Amino acid sequence: MSTLLTRVRQKQIGQMIDAGKRLDGRGLTDYREFTIEEGLIERAEGSARIRLGKTEVLVGVKVETGTPFPDTPNDGVMTVNAELVPLASPTFEPGPPDENSIELARIVDRGIRESKAICTDKLVIEPGKKVFVVFVDIYVLNHDGNLIDASALAAVSALVNTKMPNYEVEDGEVKIKTGYSPLPLKSHPITVTMAKINDKLVVDPWIEEEQVMEARISMAINDDGNICAIQKGCPGFFTPQQILEASKIAQEKAAELRKKLDW
Amino acid sequence: MSEKTEKLIDKKGIRLDGRKADELRPIKLEVGVLSNADGSAYIEHGKNKILVGVFGPKEMHPKHLSQPDRMVLRCRYHMAPFSVQERKSPAPSRREVELSKVIREALEPSVFVDLYPRAGIDVFVEVLQADGGTRCAAITAASLAIADAGIPMRDLVVACAAGKVDDTVVLDLYDAEDKLGVADVPVALMPNLNAVTLLQMDGILAPAEFETAINMAVEGCKKIYAMQKEALRTKYMTVKEEVEE
Repeated sequence: MSTLLTRVRQKQIGQMIDAGKRLDGRGLTDYREFTIEEGLIERAEGSARIRLGKTEVLVGVKVETGTPFPDTPNDGVMTVNAELVPLASPTFEPGPPDENSIELARIVDRGIRESKAICTDKLVIEPGKKVFVVFVDIYVLNHDGNLIDASALAAVSALVNTKMPNYEVEDGEVKIKTGYSPLPLKSHPITVTMAKINDKLVVDPWIEEEQVMEARISMAINDDGNICAIQKGCPGFFTPQQILEASKIAQEKAAELRKKLDW
Repeated sequence: MSEKTEKLIDKKGIRLDGRKADELRPIKLEVGVLSNADGSAYIEHGKNKILVGVFGPKEMHPKHLSQPDRMVLRCRYHMAPFSVQERKSPAPSRREVELSKVIREALEPSVFVDLYPRAGIDVFVEVLQADGGTRCAAITAASLAIADAGIPMRDLVVACAAGKVDDTVVLDLYDAEDKLGVADVPVALMPNLNAVTLLQMDGILAPAEFETAINMAVEGCKKIYAMQKEALRTKYMTVKEEVEE
């Protein structure tokens, strides 16, 4: 995922970070300003658009009926898919999902799944036969760095905003009634991504920082402040000490973001 | 990660497969098992059986993927259809695509990629039988296969998982513990450089438990590292003796 960045610029980013500063004026652990709009796609059961700096991600949630997995007959199903839409960056190309979009979807999926955010036991219509399937579709509209946190925030916002159709079962047939009820949620994970640049951890890397980072680490934090998912990325490394430092930063930042959100 | 029905650890702290909390499964490593590959390795980690073949450095194909200043490392993690309980379709799943990516990123920091500009190496991981912790076993074997191919490396990469089962932090989870346990934290390490090159986690851990798990996984990695070096020595020592006779 790289467009060209001059060596002067690369060096400048590194030098600024050595001095504890960043090119866009932020401190090392500051997030960019963000806004979240909910429910702007009427056709979807839930939706949210986040603008994190110039990064823009739209998430739509569709709820449909389907069959449960054989090993979990008493649980509804949740799937996450991510599209790196070609209009979002010159480096995104049309075609089947590549490893970057699959990784993005799976990181967001893991945060939601492992924090048990959705009460899947309440999505069962007929055990073993019919359940609600929650499709979370991530649509990246503009790529300016840190798609992971933007997508994770938008996905949870969209789930908070999701309305389940009311239904009744008549002779084994599901009939959708008028009216909606909210999707049952019990946790709201927040994912915090940090980049390692010149041996320092930088929160919420924007696109130029992503091009010079040696490694990346994302941690999802649940409502209780516990860690519920981690993903390290990029061909670089962290020392065990840096990992523990990252987990502390992630907890602080997640708590800080949580205060700003009305979940 | 569903609700547990029975205890996975008994009162004495012994796990269902008879291990203590910080005990590894039996590991067997073999280097140079494929004649057509430039480097290869085989690992048996508990019931995991994984074969890794490395081809290269060779001319990058397709050519437009080559890099003018470095070698390109490619990795494919693949599970055999018969490797798991229910037949797995041989087409690559999303999980396999993700694992191929994280395994590649775990191995790449160990290789001096700038020594072979425009070249490429392919690392093929075939999981013949899976029993939890395949990505870790795959990394351990893949690093040996790269070394066997004679590619200059900073260090071997070794991987091991820690996690939480019932209320205890344990080392090296097998399939049942992975599925019924609370959390799983795979870690890959270059021990001489104190560098963690792969870290993932799923499940829920309190910050203190996470710290314990990381330390336990690092200790586990160091034990397997000794076996890795022994496996390399075993192959190349034999060759030396034959020459001397």
